[in-house]
Amino acid sequence: MIPDLGKYAIEVLTVYAVSIAMLVGVVAITLHRSRKVKARLAAVEAMQGGAK
Amino acid sequence: MSIWEYANPKKFITTTTPLVPWLLWGAIAVLGVGLTWGFFFTPDDARQGSTVKIFYLHVPSAMMAINVWAMMLMASVIWLVRRHHVSALAAKAAAPIGVVMTIMALFTGAIWGQPIWGTWWAWDPRLTSFLILFLFYLGYIALWAAIEDPDTAADLTSVLCIVGSVFAILSRYAVNFWNQGLHQPASLSLDKEENVADVFWYPALVCIAGFVLLFLALVLIRTATEIRLRRIRALEMRMRS
Amino acid sequence: MIALLKRDLMLAVRAGGGFGLGLAFFLIVIVLVPFGVGPEAEILARIAPGMLWVAALLAALLSLDRIFALDYEDGSLPLLATSPLPLEGVALVKGIAHWVTTGLPLTLAAPALGFLLNLAPSAYVWLFVSLAFGTPALSMIGAFGAALTVGVKRGGLLMSLLVLPLYVPTLIFGAEAVRRGADGFDASTPMLMLAGITLGCFAVLPFAAAAALRGNLR
Repeated sequence: MIPDLGKYAIEVLTVYAVSIAMLVGVVAITLHRSRKVKARLAAVEAMQGGAK
Repeated sequence: MSIWEYANPKKFITTTTPLVPWLLWGAIAVLGVGLTWGFFFTPDDARQGSTVKIFYLHVPSAMMAINVWAMMLMASVIWLVRRHHVSALAAKAAAPIGVVMTIMALFTGAIWGQPIWGTWWAWDPRLTSFLILFLFYLGYIALWAAIEDPDTAADLTSVLCIVGSVFAILSRYAVNFWNQGLHQPASLSLDKEENVADVFWYPALVCIAGFVLLFLALVLIRTATEIRLRRIRALEMRMRS
Repeated sequence: MIALLKRDLMLAVRAGGGFGLGLAFFLIVIVLVPFGVGPEAEILARIAPGMLWVAALLAALLSLDRIFALDYEDGSLPLLATSPLPLEGVALVKGIAHWVTTGLPLTLAAPALGFLLNLAPSAYVWLFVSLAFGTPALSMIGAFGAALTVGVKRGGLLMSLLVLPLYVPTLIFGAEAVRRGADGFDASTPMLMLAGITLGCFAVLPFAAAAALRGNLR
């Protein structure tokens, strides 16, 4: 299925693998951080509401 | 600091949140199509062999590295002139994405140069300029991290972004001059515009579109996160006083 | 403005750190080069232009964080901000003061250090002239960097990270001018670029530095 990449097979595959990994990584980190901060905001706002 | 200071930040979040899933899934779909097309369904290049397939990752990431900085520049100017917090936070949010793009451009560019240069790194004008851009990104992010007060940080980083942009452009010309001064033959420069046949260009266009969609999704999510962080800080300070 | 300039120069001379330290650092870095690279005269001659410029650049960097830090710490910076002298003028004067106390001595000392690195005879003039044209830019860019980081505790490293990439164009043209002089070629193109950069820096960066100072003083 993978086309014959000739003598540069390792390089090309490495580049694709690393690049895709980087993209997946930045998306994952972004989403994770977003979730964490949303939760923290909800907690702080709840405390605020309770303290008032 | 009152609740959500201005209507803007809250409206930003409510407006953009529904857009994000579309952008994100759209990006994944478009990128998937583009990369598959480029990887499986395009021929090799006579001189570069299969490394030409790196083109589909290198070109979009390089374009994004520059475009993200351009967006940061615009956002910085808007902050300095109009004081929209969302603008300043959008610039802050975009920077790490730009760093990733720059690293990817450097990494893919260096390896793509392998068949031509016979080495993993060469001080090619384009790569060198991206290395300098990488340093500018780092400085920008470091400055945001170093300043306590968010408004001051926004001011300082905006000025840095503007001055940095001028010097980045200046450096581009300086580096071109510098490299040519070393009497290296022109064939060593990775000129992506030279003779790019349609068969290579169309999948690249699709990949570029995918990267753009991805950036939009990520920057919207990250800006919303920054807005929430700012609100947390405001609330925590109020609770403390 | 002249008064401010004189005051800063007096302070730098009296504190003693300014002058001598930068020069000593310059000397030490140049002395280190052969130890790192080997004593072969050929090689040293080839890298001399670049190394002299890099060493001068690093030496200029050393005293940058003191430009505004002392005034910031003892509270005189806000006073300067509210004085009739515009902050842009203050930034300009600080840049000039830094050059007089650091860049100028480096420029004067550089030819003497060229001997250590076997610099080609035809390059000495170009070394002196390029540094004379370029070090003011280094001072002004440095003043901008210092203004950005004045409020950051131990901000010296951050400032270096911000300033060194900004130094790249000046370094490229400065070193190239010396190299061309060494090879006997005409060095006017890089010199012109260098002069342009310096003039541009003095025209624009005082405003940027003032904006940074205002941001930090709020």
